[in-house]
Amino acid sequence: MYAAVVFLPLLGSIIAGFFGRKIGDRGSQIVTCAGVGLSALLSVLIFAEVVPSGHTVTVPLLTFIQSGDIHVDWALRFDTLTAVMLIVVNWVSFMVHVYSIGYMHHDPSVPRFQSYLSLFTFAMLMLVTADNLVQLFFGWEGVGLASYLLIGFWYEKPSACAAAIKAFVVNRVGDFGFALGIFGVYMLFGNINFDPIFAAAGGKASAMLHLFGRDFPALTILCLLLFVGAMGKSAQLGLHVWLPDAMEGPTPVSALIHAATMVTAGVFMVARMSPLFEYSQTALNVVTVVGALTAIFAATVGCVQNDIKRVIAYSTCSQLGYMFFAIGVSAYQAGIFHLFTHAFFKALLFLGAGSVIHAMSDEQDMRRMGGIWKHIPLTYALMFIGSLALAGIPPFAGYWSKDTIIEAAWGAGTPLGQFAYAIGVAAAFLTAFYSWRLLIMTFHGKPRADEHVMAHVHESPAVMTIPLMVLAAGAIFAGYVGHEYFVGEEMSEFWGKAIFLLGDHEALHNAHHVPSMISLMPTIAGVSGIALAYIFYMFAPGIPAALARTFRGVYLFLLNKWYFDELYDFLIIKPAFWLGYGMWKGGDGALIDGCGPDGVAAATRDVARRMSLLQTGYLYHYAFAMLIGVAGFVTWYIVKVG
Amino acid sequence: MTDWPLLSITTFLPLLGAAFILTINGEAKVVARNARNVALLTSVATFLVSLLVWTNFDPGTADFQMVDQAAWLPGFDISYKMGVDGISLFFVLLSTFLTPLCILSAWEAVQTRVKEYMIAFLVLETMMVGMFCALDLVLFYTFFEGVLIPMFIIIGVWGGPRRVYAAFKFFLYTLLGSVLMLLAILAMYFNAHTTDIQVLLSHPFPASLQSWLWLAFFASFAVKVPMWPVHTWLPDAHVEAPTAGSVILAGVLLKMGGYGFLRFSLPMFPLASHDFTPLVYTLSIVAVVYTSLVALVQEDMKKLIAYSSVAHMGFVTIGIFTVQTQGIEGAIYQMLSHGIVASALFLCVGVVYDRMHTREIARYGGLSNRMPQYAFVFMVFTMASVGLPGTSGFVGEFLVLMGAFQVNSWVAAFAALGLILGPAYMLYLYRRVIFGKLTREDLKSILDLSPREIAVFVPLILVVVWMGVYPSSFLAPMHASVAKLINDYQLVQTAADPASLALR
Repeated sequence: MYAAVVFLPLLGSIIAGFFGRKIGDRGSQIVTCAGVGLSALLSVLIFAEVVPSGHTVTVPLLTFIQSGDIHVDWALRFDTLTAVMLIVVNWVSFMVHVYSIGYMHHDPSVPRFQSYLSLFTFAMLMLVTADNLVQLFFGWEGVGLASYLLIGFWYEKPSACAAAIKAFVVNRVGDFGFALGIFGVYMLFGNINFDPIFAAAGGKASAMLHLFGRDFPALTILCLLLFVGAMGKSAQLGLHVWLPDAMEGPTPVSALIHAATMVTAGVFMVARMSPLFEYSQTALNVVTVVGALTAIFAATVGCVQNDIKRVIAYSTCSQLGYMFFAIGVSAYQAGIFHLFTHAFFKALLFLGAGSVIHAMSDEQDMRRMGGIWKHIPLTYALMFIGSLALAGIPPFAGYWSKDTIIEAAWGAGTPLGQFAYAIGVAAAFLTAFYSWRLLIMTFHGKPRADEHVMAHVHESPAVMTIPLMVLAAGAIFAGYVGHEYFVGEEMSEFWGKAIFLLGDHEALHNAHHVPSMISLMPTIAGVSGIALAYIFYMFAPGIPAALARTFRGVYLFLLNKWYFDELYDFLIIKPAFWLGYGMWKGGDGALIDGCGPDGVAAATRDVARRMSLLQTGYLYHYAFAMLIGVAGFVTWYIVKVG
Repeated sequence: MTDWPLLSITTFLPLLGAAFILTINGEAKVVARNARNVALLTSVATFLVSLLVWTNFDPGTADFQMVDQAAWLPGFDISYKMGVDGISLFFVLLSTFLTPLCILSAWEAVQTRVKEYMIAFLVLETMMVGMFCALDLVLFYTFFEGVLIPMFIIIGVWGGPRRVYAAFKFFLYTLLGSVLMLLAILAMYFNAHTTDIQVLLSHPFPASLQSWLWLAFFASFAVKVPMWPVHTWLPDAHVEAPTAGSVILAGVLLKMGGYGFLRFSLPMFPLASHDFTPLVYTLSIVAVVYTSLVALVQEDMKKLIAYSSVAHMGFVTIGIFTVQTQGIEGAIYQMLSHGIVASALFLCVGVVYDRMHTREIARYGGLSNRMPQYAFVFMVFTMASVGLPGTSGFVGEFLVLMGAFQVNSWVAAFAALGLILGPAYMLYLYRRVIFGKLTREDLKSILDLSPREIAVFVPLILVVVWMGVYPSSFLAPMHASVAKLINDYQLVQTAADPASLALR
């Protein structure tokens, strides 16, 4: 059972990928859905077995790398954290698999698509069940590969290909840090398997590590390096640039990979490494700051984007920021809780957006939508639910998790916690605002699409709406049902040993005892955000345009995503190509070959040519040379002997 | 079975096949067909024999195994002596594994002088295998230089338009290094009075002599690897060489340098190796970063992969000179992996070159529409090249960086930049060739892989995945020999400088 939950999707992927042409579109859909569906059922059984017992189940499979002191196995590790992730990954993935049957039915490459989706699921499962850092890295890169393949799924579009490469390479920048972190862990602990590291972490709390020519507090530098990896995968400020572009992929992909699962891998990894992070206040502070800044940055950008998927993508980025600053104040459970609820409502929003795009004949620009809620009422209702959950309106799922995070930030009782609290509330306001901006622009007002498109607007088939309803159920109930276990009374029993907390890190505990005004703030912010969106986009639609005119600089700054892409292009990409070209033509061509082989050859030829000039063929030249030689020898003889 | 001279059989079986092909006469077509068949059969048989070498190999000992010895020049104490240890074993297998694939890949691509082509490849195989097995300096040198001759001919006769320039550049570059090595071999002989490698491995050369010997060997091996800045022969040689020539060049010839460092420089001149380690690190890091950037702007597929080879071999030289278990095992692993992956990438280029007769990247685009199987194969090797976990490329890179990090974190950090640059140039290449719209008229009728080409790629893919998922099959036989190498090295260091004991 434990191995099957991971390998069934792989099996489905292989069958659909290699025999897709034989078994046809329908066959590949059945095979992949069955594989992931079975895994989804198994993950419930595993959850029921692992969580109440509080034990960690480890299933060793095969030796992986053994070299010197390093001994790493392929092994699957199941504890509460893994079990939660299994539920999230498998169920969302299953819903997306089913949804794709409807969404992709026009596409000529259905087997390839289904195969990639299942491959992704497998890699993600390997990631969450990893028993050591190398296997985690395997899953980590595996989801990166699947993400690359799926973003570039429509490979005929140049923008999709560019986005795919960007996603892979930017992630590799993060992996650069992650890999160095793994090496450092080995250097410090002599081991890269989780259990021995976690057991030894406390003893290394004040150890120093000599790296890059100076001494660092060991756990701080390691955690920071690992966190760079998490920043890449979870699109945190600075390394977030790939996520909005990743929306070039088909919408089910955005829902599964770039909202619900893969991008949360960074959060999962940091939570998994909680026994290390707990001992480094510096690292936790950095996590808090980066998370908080990402939350507010992405929310501001989300308010002015016009592509429906990009708005949701920035929203994802922002919510990931929430998860990180929760972790930063040692409220790992709240971070994972938000990961859990967010997976449902964000997948719902993306798939709902997909349903809208499907209905609007592949239109993604909200400026050419509007007035369609009567035509697709079910999609509208489901997206409304998703937005309520995202905006943190009680009693929807997002309310429980986001409120806990914001309260925990206050509960940390540090200046940094209060900073995170303030940003959390501000971002909650913006979140509600852009969510309703999206809803109103998409569904309300006058239709802005042409008649041809409007005539075609239709509700999606059941194969697409049923997964939406399942996710909507999650978006409604996941928070209410889960909060007791994830962050409430049952917390310590539920998590068992999966998450490690130092005794004096009580942010989450304090979260239940913050002043009522403090705990009401996020909800107030959410409601006022919604109200403002109604004013701006429904009742007084002139205001946003006027604002954009008045604060043109600010507007452009936000619209261009704080100019990150332009900055990187100027600072990194252009110089890299310029350097490469210079080194090729100048370094290899002119310098090395010019002074080396070609230069020597040319010099040889040159000398030979000069020498050959001496061979004139005139007898008197030779006679003259001979005479000079004789004279020279005679002179030398006389001087020397005489 | 074990008392058969397995290594000598593996080495000289191809030569026997070559001699047989030489006797084939008659109509040109028949000769070509027979030559191909004989060459393929011989090389497959050689591969099977070399598998026996693997199964008979005892991973428990660091000693040389399956040693064959015969007097050669008894007056000078020079003998014919062959043997393998955990370091050389897989290089022998790599050579015998790639040769049949090369011959198969040239089945249709080579139509002129087929007989001579096959002879050249079989002779080349003898030289390569012999080089990795030789346990006598003179014998080693003979094979080491012998490799140049068939390779020179392969590039110069069956190569592209600038083949003569490339062939001479290749030959002169490598010969220059080799001449210095010959001088060093003479010096070693006068110092130790033997050319037996087993004896030399424990012969203490005086420290002052070691530096000169190290530099002379370095001149030869650095060109072969190739290390920056003596790498410029490689892109030219690759571009002009026929596909199979590139495969052997990337797959095996480059490894001769790395193997040389492991067999000679480290164990025989440990003090000099220690002194020159910073030099090697610096050149390797420059190689990784510099050639990766250069690869980014290449317009010719083969040149791009050639530059990526230089970058990957930069990891190898770093790993070797960490003199640390993970570093050295990773370096050997990286060489094996690169041998498979770079070869496969050159074969991938060969597939489209055979169809379109151009390697210019801009001439392609959108191949995935017409060639889905090819797109899959190319993707597998692209991923292996960028070191995706689960492929062979990952294990080597990971272990090398792991080893380097323990020794010098700056070196590891700079080398790890390759993790970022690698995917940049490889995926950029993939995008321009495979992705995009199929707009060019002449590409619209391009055919997907033929059964023969699939037969070439399937073994390579299987090995790449095997090496990526279960590396123990390959790492386990290395352990003992690598441990001994490191142990001996460190004994010498501590004897020379007791203070450094504290650092270790």
